[in-house]
Amino acid sequence: MRLEPRPRPTVLHTLGYPAGAIAVTVVFASMLVLIAGANPFSVFWLVIKGAAGSQFAFMETLTRATPLIFTGLAVAVAFRARLWNIGAEAQLYIGAVMTVVLGTGAVALPAVALIPLIMVAAMLAGALLLLGPAVLKIRFGVDEVVTTLLLNFIVLLFVSMLLEGVLKDPTGLGWPQTKKVIDAAELPRLVKGRRLHWGFVLAIASAVVTWVIMKKTALGYEMRAVGHNPEAARFAGIPVNRVLMKTALLSGGLAALAGFSEVAGLKGNLTLDLSPGFGYTGIVVAMLAMLNPLGVVLSAVFVAGIFVGADAMSRSAGVPSYIAQVMVAAALLTMVAAIMLSRFRIRWR
Amino acid sequence: MRVSGRTEAGNPVLRLTGITKQFGALKANDGISLSLGRGEVVALLGENGAGKTTLMNILFGHYVADAGRVEAFGEALPPGDPRAALSAGIGMVHQHFTLAGQMSVLDNIALGTQPLFSLRFDRSGAKAKILKLAGDFGLDVDPDALVQSLSVGERQRVEILKALYRDARILILDEPTAVLTPQETDALFATLKKLVDEGLSVIFISHKLHEVMAVADRVVVLRAGRMAGEVAVADTDRHQLATMMVGQEIAPPDIAPAVPGPALLSLRGVHAAGQGGGPALHGIDLDLRGGEITGLAGVSGNGQAALAALIAGTASPSAGQIVIKDATVTRWSPREALAHGIGRIPEDRHATGMIDDMSVAENVISETYRSARFSRHGFLDWGAARAFAEAIIAAYDVKCPSPDARVRLLSGGNMQKLILGRALDGAPSVILANQPTRGLDVGAVSYVHARLLDARARGAAILLISEDLDEVLALSDRVVVMSKGRLSSPSARGERSLAEIGQLMAGHGFEGTAHAA
Repeated sequence: MRLEPRPRPTVLHTLGYPAGAIAVTVVFASMLVLIAGANPFSVFWLVIKGAAGSQFAFMETLTRATPLIFTGLAVAVAFRARLWNIGAEAQLYIGAVMTVVLGTGAVALPAVALIPLIMVAAMLAGALLLLGPAVLKIRFGVDEVVTTLLLNFIVLLFVSMLLEGVLKDPTGLGWPQTKKVIDAAELPRLVKGRRLHWGFVLAIASAVVTWVIMKKTALGYEMRAVGHNPEAARFAGIPVNRVLMKTALLSGGLAALAGFSEVAGLKGNLTLDLSPGFGYTGIVVAMLAMLNPLGVVLSAVFVAGIFVGADAMSRSAGVPSYIAQVMVAAALLTMVAAIMLSRFRIRWR
Repeated sequence: MRVSGRTEAGNPVLRLTGITKQFGALKANDGISLSLGRGEVVALLGENGAGKTTLMNILFGHYVADAGRVEAFGEALPPGDPRAALSAGIGMVHQHFTLAGQMSVLDNIALGTQPLFSLRFDRSGAKAKILKLAGDFGLDVDPDALVQSLSVGERQRVEILKALYRDARILILDEPTAVLTPQETDALFATLKKLVDEGLSVIFISHKLHEVMAVADRVVVLRAGRMAGEVAVADTDRHQLATMMVGQEIAPPDIAPAVPGPALLSLRGVHAAGQGGGPALHGIDLDLRGGEITGLAGVSGNGQAALAALIAGTASPSAGQIVIKDATVTRWSPREALAHGIGRIPEDRHATGMIDDMSVAENVISETYRSARFSRHGFLDWGAARAFAEAIIAAYDVKCPSPDARVRLLSGGNMQKLILGRALDGAPSVILANQPTRGLDVGAVSYVHARLLDARARGAAILLISEDLDEVLALSDRVVVMSKGRLSSPSARGERSLAEIGQLMAGHGFEGTAHAA
């Protein structure tokens, strides 16, 4: 068996295979639902209803999608330049740390100044966190998959240390959590009485800006060139190492915004369970979007919908909400296979 | 044109009849028939893409033909079985050798001939057999030497010995002279003579006319997958073969005498690290003068890659100087090279020349996207990029559907035209042309040559690096020879004989020049 590139992927290939991937995912999940002893049709209906069946449900989905848009963008940008950033989780937490460091009263500024200041600080922290692995890759050829992945655990332990130490809320009854951010550092709710907040608008704006960078600017061009063929890029005079470093800064900054938005818009303070793996799920989101920044918004809403809908479903149908993770994982695997099949054909010999 | 009768007695040892093989819309082989007699050398002549390789792949069972049959020694070979041809006594010497460098010559030759689970290996018997074969056929090589210590010519002898050790009676040589010096080529031809005197038969694949004339009894010419003719060498000449191969008269490029100007780029005592496994550069002195093509001859892998990287800007000298228009260069990078007006045609179109998965427009601006022409405040002007791509497509006659087409879809010749268009845009004063015609068909080759000569006529200094010695000698006003990272002194067109150039390519005669510099 071997793979041959398709000279011209047709519409059938670029749309048909992803549609087939979703179909395979649904069939696979249905089998698991059957094993769990429930009716797949009613379970999927409950998932859809739970994710988008009401204004409340859909806003919950968008709330859950917000951090995934940021981490998905971070991954999409980095993967486009073939910088394998698996560390969006760590960058998210560093962004959250900067938010509580500056936002819990240490800096007294009106909201119009404080929120941009916190955002910039969070992005800088996330950017610098990814710059380290990028420099190690460029200088010494250290595999960034390993360094960024391991940084996730280091940063989580570091945050744990802060939560038990300098950042611990003295009035928190001993829980490992920080103080709440002050009002001026809070991202307001979009709709009264709903959890959806301005972080979602910020995420959409980030997606548009990222799309413009990738499609319209010299930097985006350089990143794509470096990702496709670094040797040819270097020959043409594109400063490959500098481009990789800029990519790292952009990617780390975007991931850090996820942490900022979760703390300032939703949770109010930092705890160790701020992110149930948003950094890792961002990889799925980016891959499902085929690394397109605008596609990231759609795929983040899709993935968030599965999670939110599965939570609602599990309460009424008694099927564990783990089915959501299985579905997302299956969707990723089938989508990767579909992307490959849309670009290559398999020859049996 | 007269088709020769059988020159040998008896049945042919190998007969291909009506071989047809289609890949999609392309007929790679269309009804090709070929027979090989005992003690005969048949040359398979044809341009790149004429179908030579496909035919050999069918013979060796790598492809299954759509129609036609293969017979060796009177018995049909089952299609699609690579071992059938080997066990029928057909041996192939590939252009790119298949030897393990860390192992001895003896082990390389015996590799695969021993049973997998046998404990005993009769080394002395194997050695004796190799030495006898080597003595009989003038394939002088030490069986105990490590392959990595051998020269290219010696490695080729090991490959031939490998086939003979397996009792091959039919030997197929694929472009065997591409990597050899003229002297090594002569030695190879002497060996071939001895082989046919012993009754072996040889198929000699080449696109070099003079070699075919020198070594073959009969020539089968392929053109675009079809048989363009079959003649006995005694009944033909180079001119007729060229016409058969190309299908039309090709006039050699009409080259006006050079009007050399001042040196536009000079290397002064340059040392630099090796590239791609090649040797490092030792004290290179080279002047590239305006209005002149300087040709670099040499067996590939002797430092050409390092010299090309130096001029393209992808490598910097570790010692010595690059002087451009009387000023010593202090900072050196691809961008600096471009800023100094160096147009670069890289050796490998796919690996370094173009980004296959990006569009034509994206590729043509890759060297200039930062200029005011294509960008403003960090934003790219894709309209201007497309217009530039359209201009190159029109001016260089590139066959491509649109500026937005991915480069991967283009043929090699069209890709090379895009690279030419990009490199020659803005009338560079110095042009690095590294293997500019490798793998191109005749039409594209003469197009590339014409464009290089145009650039020469307007006063550009051109460095032509090519594995094809004929190309270097045909185009160059001056020739320098590279061997083991050293560069010979230049010689004007026709000043050194082919034999002298061959001596230099083999690494002889450098001691004096190294110090004279």
